[in-house]
Amino acid sequence: MYDVAIIGAGICGASVAYYLSQKKLKICVIEKETDVSMGTTKANSAIIHAGYDPKPGTIMARLNVRGSAMIKELAPKLSVPYKQIGSLVLAFDERDLDTINLLYNRGIQNGVVGMKILSSRETLEIEPNIRTDVKGSLWAPSAAIISPWELCIAMCEVAAENGCDFLLENEVTKIKSEPSFFEITTTERKLQAKYIVNAAGIYSDRICSMAGSCDFSILPSKGQYYLLDKNQGDIVRHILFQCPTELGKGVLVSPTTAGNLIIGPNAESNNHPEDLSTTRYGLDYVAVTAAKTTDKINLRENVRSFSGLRANSNRDDFIIEPALFSQRFINVAGIKSPGLSSAPAIAEVALDRLEKGGLAMPQKEDYKNSRKHIVFNELTDEQKNKLIKENPSFGNIICRCNTVTEGEILQALHSPLPPKTIDGVKRRAGTGMGRCQGGFCSPRVHEIISRELNIPFEKVEQDRKGSYIVSEKF
Amino acid sequence: MDSIMLKYDLAVIGGGPAGLAAAISAYENGIRSIVVLERDVELGGILNQCIHNGFGLHRFGEELTGPQYAERFISKLSETSARVLLGTMVIGLNSDRYITCVNKYDGVFTIQAKAVILAMGCRERNRGPIGLPGDRGSGIFSAGSAQRYMNIDGYLVGRRAVILGSGDIGLIMARRMTLEGAKVLAVAELMPHSNGLNRNIVQCLDDFGIPLYLSHTVTDIFGKNRLDKVVISQVDDRLKPIPGTEKEFDCDTLLLSVGLIPENELTRTAEIPIDFRTNGAVVYDDMQTESEGIFACGNVLHVHDLVDFVSSESEKAGKKAAEYITGGCVSIHKAATIDIKNGNGVVYTVPQKVVIGGPEKSLEVFFRVREKSEKSIVEVSSGNRIISSFKREFLAPGEMERIVIPRKLLENINESIAISVKSGGTV
Repeated sequence: MYDVAIIGAGICGASVAYYLSQKKLKICVIEKETDVSMGTTKANSAIIHAGYDPKPGTIMARLNVRGSAMIKELAPKLSVPYKQIGSLVLAFDERDLDTINLLYNRGIQNGVVGMKILSSRETLEIEPNIRTDVKGSLWAPSAAIISPWELCIAMCEVAAENGCDFLLENEVTKIKSEPSFFEITTTERKLQAKYIVNAAGIYSDRICSMAGSCDFSILPSKGQYYLLDKNQGDIVRHILFQCPTELGKGVLVSPTTAGNLIIGPNAESNNHPEDLSTTRYGLDYVAVTAAKTTDKINLRENVRSFSGLRANSNRDDFIIEPALFSQRFINVAGIKSPGLSSAPAIAEVALDRLEKGGLAMPQKEDYKNSRKHIVFNELTDEQKNKLIKENPSFGNIICRCNTVTEGEILQALHSPLPPKTIDGVKRRAGTGMGRCQGGFCSPRVHEIISRELNIPFEKVEQDRKGSYIVSEKF
Repeated sequence: MDSIMLKYDLAVIGGGPAGLAAAISAYENGIRSIVVLERDVELGGILNQCIHNGFGLHRFGEELTGPQYAERFISKLSETSARVLLGTMVIGLNSDRYITCVNKYDGVFTIQAKAVILAMGCRERNRGPIGLPGDRGSGIFSAGSAQRYMNIDGYLVGRRAVILGSGDIGLIMARRMTLEGAKVLAVAELMPHSNGLNRNIVQCLDDFGIPLYLSHTVTDIFGKNRLDKVVISQVDDRLKPIPGTEKEFDCDTLLLSVGLIPENELTRTAEIPIDFRTNGAVVYDDMQTESEGIFACGNVLHVHDLVDFVSSESEKAGKKAAEYITGGCVSIHKAATIDIKNGNGVVYTVPQKVVIGGPEKSLEVFFRVREKSEKSIVEVSSGNRIISSFKREFLAPGEMERIVIPRKLLENINESIAISVKSGGTV
């Protein structure tokens, strides 16, 4: 019997697991995919928003500002790539100028610090490659870029080290509500838990409905992105937004923590929860809209296009509350943008709801809340030499584009939550993330996974179950 | 810094066909202090996975496999004094010819050389730059990755395949997969002509009855976990898909053979000017880049059709680097030079610059044409003046052309020269 079962290993489930695993509790995370961080968490804008967007008084407004401050402290502790580069909302006409004033005032009410309205000249001085007819901008220095999946993975690794069980490839098919516990049936097993945190993202309404009645519904909204080569990464210095419209925050242009340039997303509504395809139409819209921010982007330098699904709900705010049928079933649902920015603060609220539902959660005497993670490329030559001397696998470069060593792949494969797919290694070590997109290193990573985890070569998969790479030996 | 610093007369970056030929040639031209830096655990580069034959027809007059072709050079190199560092990745290069390397045994170390030859080869273009829409499951490979899985690891990548792009690697993989029991349903080519060698179209597609759809591209991809369907459409003369021309193929594999990109990341690090037409460094007729003492050859300079041509170009680079070193490292860049420009129908030229009054009796220029033509005249001109002209029975974008211009004819030229094609008619 688990004290708490967390359903879903995205950024919300990971944050809840990270904090709960530091308590004297028996907990588990149940995830249908082959790895953590497989849904919205791996496919989004990778931005920590400052917090001027949400309407004052909403849960989103409060948790965005709190969450972004928490992530600033968490990122170095968890060795997660994070850069506080600040954001600009650009105004190109009078109406836009009104909008940025409105956002500024919202930001003040929400408690965002350091914002400033910049003139056209001031804007162009700090961001010289944008369209020169910019009329002004809202500068928010607390906005940051992050590697979202690495934050999720890092929190899960710490949770795993603290004793949290990760039940991957376990899709929940049935939840039976008993008087003092829940019986959860997955595709692999049955288990019991006194409490459930439903952090199932775009599936959270379905999960809730399995246990009882559900008073919200999720309406996935797809967004498509381009990720451009590192040679485009320094075209802009800040996260650049256009003025938000009724349709959303619009298309952003931003460097990523890996040094690439990301542009997107568009917004499509009522998507099938499994539809992660990209379309010419959607990507063309992103390209045309981004060109209104800067005309310096060279789309021929695109290394990857992808789609992500926003877990929009039929409510305007985050849903972090007990289900109608039980104080022991906490929904963490409708976590759309700024969900990533708010995640650790969302977890705080979820823990509070569990406590109010009767769960005692004394702190463990001995627990982890940080992790060490070696990134070869970021070391000095002296540190590199020391490392290679201790462990020569750090001298063997496997991914040429991003200079990722065999040592870093082994580090991932022998971590507290080892991946078993090519993309699982990619999310942890950065292999195949560069301009050749794994054309060179994939077969080599494939061999290392097979060797280290003792998985037959033909059984190693790309990412999701069924994504086999080679069909047979001849 | 307590890391090692090594000094050589010549450092060759890359131990594939270009690096091998360049190093051997430099040795034959008197250089003894040579290091070859190779990131893989063996020499030979991409040739090691090219187990089909057809290599060496021009050079050796016989059909060798890739590994056999490489072996001839590897064994020759082993008879020289060149030092080979395997498993060694170059992670930095600057214009003063300091090279930062890393490997398992020595850690991070620096090499300084009097001359450097860039021979890093090229990589395959993938799904991103060509913007293929659709689902994102597994089963989409660059043709070279699939080739590695098959020829090095011994695994079939799928049972039913569509190939996008009729470049040589795609054509060769069509045959390779067919021979291993897979069904290749179609090869789609965006352009109205194939960029592959004619002999490969005949031997790899026609002989196996594999249809080639010219002026077609992939317009949708299905399969959330593993690929299960590919849609191709015909394109108009502006290369835009024409609605209503869709053809669907149930398949588990899509191979991309959509172009090769010279791997010039190091070249850019050293701030060496790149020609946007070739994606390789701008070079003079002695294969030297605009950065003194740094030479380039092979597919890192421009993508070649045949390894035989890579070898001969690299031998020239090795010889010229040797002359540069033995001549006391005197820059030729201070001498007067002229540019070679694209004329009508020409896509690029190598070299891009010529030193006036160079020591050679003739100037060798490689170029590619924009479209197929028959009975054409290749003209070398300067302003309105035609300097020399060459007859060609047949020209095609897929086949690199070479002309040799007597230097005598270039005397008194002080502006640029242009290479152009006067077509007898396109086909």
